[in-house]
Amino acid sequence: MAAPFSWIRPHVHGLCIGPANAWIDPARPVERALVTHGHADHARGGHGEVIATRETLAIMALRYGRPGREVVAGYGESVSLPGGVRATFFPAGHVLGSAQILLEHGGERVVVTGDYKRRADPTCPPFEPVACDLFVTEATFGLPVFRHPPIKGEIGKLLEALAADPGRCVLVGAYALGKAQRLIAELRRAGWRAPVYLHGAMERMCRLYEELGVELGDLRLVADMPKAALAGQVVICPPSALNDRWTRRLPDPVTAMASGWMRIRQRARQRNVELPLVISDHADWDELTATIAEVNPAETWITHGREEALLRWCELNQRKARALALVGYEDEDD
Amino acid sequence: MRLGPGRRVGLGRLGLSGGCGHDGAMIRFAALLDALVYTRSRNGKLRLIADYLRATPDPDRGWALAALTGGLDFPAVKGSTLRALLMERVDPVLFQLSRDYVGDTAETASLLWPEPAAPQGPVPPVAAPSVSEVVTILSGLSRATAAAGLATLMDRLDANGRYALLKLATGALRIGISARLAKVAFAEAFAVPVEAVEEYWHGQAPPYGALFAWAAQGAPAPDGGQVPLFRPFMLAHPLEEGVELDLADYAAEWKWDGIRVQVVCAGGETRVYSRSGDDISATFPEIAGALSLPCTLDGELLVRGSHQGGEAGGAASFNALQQRLGRKVVSKKMAEDYPAFVRLYDALIVEGEDCRALPWARRRAVLETFSARLDAVRFDLSPVIPAAEFAELGEIRARARDEAIEGVMLKRRDSPYLAGRRAGLWYKWKRDPLLIDCVLLYAQRGSGKRSSFYSDFTFGCWNGDPDQGAELLPVGKAYFGFTDKELKWLDRHVRQHTVNRFGPVRETDKSLVLEVAFDSVHESRRHKSGLAMRFPRINRIRADKPAHEADRIETLRALVRD
Ligand SMILES: [Zn+2]
Ligand SMILES: [Zn+2]
Repeated sequence: MAAPFSWIRPHVHGLCIGPANAWIDPARPVERALVTHGHADHARGGHGEVIATRETLAIMALRYGRPGREVVAGYGESVSLPGGVRATFFPAGHVLGSAQILLEHGGERVVVTGDYKRRADPTCPPFEPVACDLFVTEATFGLPVFRHPPIKGEIGKLLEALAADPGRCVLVGAYALGKAQRLIAELRRAGWRAPVYLHGAMERMCRLYEELGVELGDLRLVADMPKAALAGQVVICPPSALNDRWTRRLPDPVTAMASGWMRIRQRARQRNVELPLVISDHADWDELTATIAEVNPAETWITHGREEALLRWCELNQRKARALALVGYEDEDD
Repeated sequence: MRLGPGRRVGLGRLGLSGGCGHDGAMIRFAALLDALVYTRSRNGKLRLIADYLRATPDPDRGWALAALTGGLDFPAVKGSTLRALLMERVDPVLFQLSRDYVGDTAETASLLWPEPAAPQGPVPPVAAPSVSEVVTILSGLSRATAAAGLATLMDRLDANGRYALLKLATGALRIGISARLAKVAFAEAFAVPVEAVEEYWHGQAPPYGALFAWAAQGAPAPDGGQVPLFRPFMLAHPLEEGVELDLADYAAEWKWDGIRVQVVCAGGETRVYSRSGDDISATFPEIAGALSLPCTLDGELLVRGSHQGGEAGGAASFNALQQRLGRKVVSKKMAEDYPAFVRLYDALIVEGEDCRALPWARRRAVLETFSARLDAVRFDLSPVIPAAEFAELGEIRARARDEAIEGVMLKRRDSPYLAGRRAGLWYKWKRDPLLIDCVLLYAQRGSGKRSSFYSDFTFGCWNGDPDQGAELLPVGKAYFGFTDKELKWLDRHVRQHTVNRFGPVRETDKSLVLEVAFDSVHESRRHKSGLAMRFPRINRIRADKPAHEADRIETLRALVRD
């Protein structure tokens, strides 16, 4: 009998499913790729065949064009791969289209989470725990200092800053895929009916979200607006544009950033952020550890993030675990 | 003091805009701390503190003010108390990994601390404490009870509250709020003159009940009585180019290159105050120890030497004084190598007599008589420059560079001693700045309003003949001197001529010559060039000049007068 999980191998460029000649979230072009979600560190261009959810395929097409072949895997649907491997996609609650992938082979069940969170998100269905023998988890916020506060309070801070000075706008740096749309949807939920103004780089993804059925309300481009008209408004831009020359066209912006890293003061200060909003699309420490306990796998692999601390937690809780040294996964802005 | 309409992040965020009930007041103090951490502009900070002081009841605001200005000390609580507390609750490896990542023990502790369990059944949740309750509990702790007392408080607060608590308890706020800034904010909060705040503040202890009663409720001003109070300094305007004054109306004095101090002796205590009103007596014990006659005197703190003003009655360079600044403890050797003294300019109060309303000429006479009775090793009189004509004074001033003196002061002979800068009374006539042509090497983004501009410039000079392969070595850094228009031009230049990036810093192609003005230059080990300038600023952009024609280090070195 083969050693447990010998059919799935961690490689620096991703996870390789040997008998199926397929990879999960490979960092370089391959013949057959299973992709958990559309973030650039997981989804890359140039693959022969891509197996992913309809939404993830659409996001990838927007960024890289169409691959050689697309295989749509809906949530709960199974795809048969060569070598007797079956792949089933389940919601990961991370961004629109994000999935965990359950792989079954030779009586073993392996779940690869990609990135995930456990909080409600109006732009995507919630994470579903899936029973498995091997749980391959992310650990982006894998330190006990990371506990994301409820999003309602963070949105409240944003709205209070808007009300405090009608002469200024609030400029929020947010990841163009997922974070920006979630932020807009949460603002709508909190009753913000005014147009939300976008940096040009955010537009295509927001439009795609709407095409895929996520309503975001009135969205406009900053480029079309005179400076004075933006006073008292919400403007969203990629984090990289926060301190850019581009901001000079805004009326005295309050610089905000929506990210799980904003929990750490020094991180917020490095970014010149005046209004840190702790909003993350990743599981925080309590969710990472609670999810491992809930799924209760025989073994846990940790793909990327602060794996050391999560590994230590597994050790303290007598759970078998190992950290994979995958390269190229990075969520600096998330 | 009025603040411009400027930036306002808003009190809504602090939760201060509503009622000011006592419950959870520590949470509001924590929100203030956080807002101060993220607000870079001075006006923004002033407004945050002022709004807080107005909206918060006594005695919380007084304790908060003391905490902000470093006026609280809880000797029972140590950094080690905190570590021990965490080790009981958190795995040491997880703590260390977290601490390494966060970079600050108090912040790590505040984030790691287990959230208190949600209350079960009819038991009401324990309310967050007020600032004064926190202060009362902390000051009642002993070494033995410190850990338990701190833990009980931690359990009553959220993460931001715990951060504020730990910073307050360990006395390590470090949010860049000087005593002066707090006083200006206090004055702004209650629309009272900042000079009056300065005057009454020093006699008071936290939580400053009498001070708030005076400023907020119009009660009589607190009585300074027999305590060594700081009185606000009288300051000078720069003398504009081309303006000539009649020396029949104005007396001239040297402007010594040290630090301006006020020496106060009252009720048997002597204090030395800096320009900002900070008590620096401990840094210069020989000064405080040499005065026992009741008085309030204005002068320049200097170190004995011959660098300024020659052998007889001279003073050492500012560099020498710098060796003594900022030290909490002064070694015997330090005091012997760099003996400090005060060169007296003015007398505010002498033996109970308030001279501030008297004309300068009368005060000068008082000072001359009084200074003769002081310890001559530690106190001498700044002489009046004997010039009859303004032109003659100009010649004397021109020679001031050789004497290494900063310049000349002109004081109206009939001027009373008034707080702050008053038009027409006192002028400083600095000697002309030194100029040198440097090459722009690196640029860094500014902060606040300037955060989208490259506005901090590092420049260098050649270490030899540029045509023979000499290199440019950094000689200084400047972030002012230019107009807004020039800043835009410089920003564009930096972006178009970047050859390397290091985080927020860009290295340029070293093609732009900048004419840099500075007051003096000294030997320094901090720069590779071995030189450091005082007050460097960008005087002119010399886009017309090729980089190889910029000055050499040796030219700059020749200007050293150490
Ligand atoms: Zn992701
Ligand atoms: Zn990721």
